[in-house]
Amino acid sequence: MSGPSSQPVRRAKSGTTEAAWVRYTLITVALLFVLLFLILPLAAVFTEALRKGFGAYLEALKEPDAWSAIELTLIAAAIAVPLNLVFGVSAAWAIAKYEFRGKSFLTTLVDLPFSVSPVVAGLMYVLLFGAQGWFGPWLQAHDIRIIFAVPGIVLATVFVTFPFIARELIPLMQAQGNDEEQAAIVLGATGWQTFWRVTLPNIKWGLIYGVILCNARAMGEFGAVSVVSGHIRGQTNTLPLHVEILYNEYQSVAAFAVASLLAILALVTLAIKSVAEWRQEAEMKAAAQLPPERPQAVAGIR
Amino acid sequence: MNSLTSGAPSGGVAPPFRASAKRAPKRVLPGFKLTLGYTVLYLSLIVLIPITALFFKTFTLTWEQFVFAVTSPRVMASYRLTFGASLIAALVNLVFGLLLAWVLVRYKFPGKKIVDALVDLPFALPTAVAGISLTALLAGNGWLGQYLEPMGIKLAFTPAGVVIALIFVGMPFVVRTVQPVLEDAEKELEEAATALGANRLQIFTRVIFPHIAPALLTGFAMAFARAIGEYGSVIFIAGNMPMISEITPLIIIGKLEQYDYAGATAVAVVMLVMSFILLLVINGLQTWQRRHTGAAS
Repeated sequence: MSGPSSQPVRRAKSGTTEAAWVRYTLITVALLFVLLFLILPLAAVFTEALRKGFGAYLEALKEPDAWSAIELTLIAAAIAVPLNLVFGVSAAWAIAKYEFRGKSFLTTLVDLPFSVSPVVAGLMYVLLFGAQGWFGPWLQAHDIRIIFAVPGIVLATVFVTFPFIARELIPLMQAQGNDEEQAAIVLGATGWQTFWRVTLPNIKWGLIYGVILCNARAMGEFGAVSVVSGHIRGQTNTLPLHVEILYNEYQSVAAFAVASLLAILALVTLAIKSVAEWRQEAEMKAAAQLPPERPQAVAGIR
Repeated sequence: MNSLTSGAPSGGVAPPFRASAKRAPKRVLPGFKLTLGYTVLYLSLIVLIPITALFFKTFTLTWEQFVFAVTSPRVMASYRLTFGASLIAALVNLVFGLLLAWVLVRYKFPGKKIVDALVDLPFALPTAVAGISLTALLAGNGWLGQYLEPMGIKLAFTPAGVVIALIFVGMPFVVRTVQPVLEDAEKELEEAATALGANRLQIFTRVIFPHIAPALLTGFAMAFARAIGEYGSVIFIAGNMPMISEITPLIIIGKLEQYDYAGATAVAVVMLVMSFILLLVINGLQTWQRRHTGAAS
């Protein structure tokens, strides 16, 4: 103890770090936690999927039911993500660029779907559009199916992914302020031009990050979709629901094979997200190193 | 001095425009009515109307029926499990989330960027996948289960399994709320404390901890709220035995499958009210955090 402590003591005098053995213990415990709770579950998905060899893995993915599940998952995400993208940009513009009464209340409401249990979210749509629901009789009279059909799945997906993009953009646009947009407007740009040429380039990494997370959640949602889907194989089964059915039928390899697709999606999501973050950081650093022409110009216009 | 810093948290058009007190305050940037109108419309259609439908549905029950539905022994047991397991999981995440955030911000080690990216895995990995994978790990023949079960530690298909799943699901929250605050913490304060004779532990408990406490609590509350509503990862690992390992969302599903819509709605309203309360708590904590860090720096 006393031998190696001479150097750590000198280090500790700088007041901003710990003795070496403390550092290494903390790092080890943290990495063990990451290994147990993140890396092992991820590795288990792929090992279980390949348990009976690569042939059985591919065989499981060739199933027509798996393909229709993939198709439905892609459809749901392709509708839900653009809808929430338009909403997210619109909400962020309204909330970040202006002051108005009830703004913080509105922000809270935007966050609301995060704290509602997915099962409760699914139930809400059953109560609206199900056979017993508010619009149930009218929908039946017009032969429109929402619950236990694709529209219900899309609606549930839209609900659970509702805040993702708005949440990402609001703090970003608030931090950037209005100066650049005001300068553009004063110089004669229209609102659309200002948005496309000034705002969008500033928020693009945050936007990509939000879209990516929103998409991952849209493709992976289980609870809410499970309530409104009705679990009809080949018709209203999304990928996560298909995983559940296979798993409950003790088709372990097939279940994990389909699950591995979703795990790959998650890894790709994390990769894109990290790249977006690094790019954003690099751009912000570059902007910070620029000579102060731009801020002065803006100040002059104001 | 540049637009990034001078933007101020409010970020809005200068309030004086409001003071002109005309019905339509003059704003420099266009699109206020369009964006706000669309936001409110979309919010109402997707979120507010369905939530209203949920509350109205409970009015088909009398008060006695409602109370009976939400306090039957099986439902009460599910509350105990859901809230108890969520609390334990959130506490574990509080400790390890702080540790992870600390290690990621303060120390250098190989693979740090990968670990940093992996922390978000529970956000990106579908809950059903997490559920079956954790079950495969902890079941009697799994990688971990085969060593744990002979020692008498049975995690899969027990309430302990629920806690494990909820730890996974809530892990990123504490890390991601504490990390930025820790990054912004001024080292000068720590240097000053050292110069005044404080040791590392004292510096942590008296200087660093008070600075990050609001963020820590916010992350804890978020992880807790997320755990309460969680369904996908838990149902695979829990075993779902009534009274023992059945979570509240599963009760709702069970009632729905028996076409007991009113009963399902009653339990859902209890959960929804809990979520509202937690949302308000989190909002309050975030406001506190903003003021706290704003005053400190």
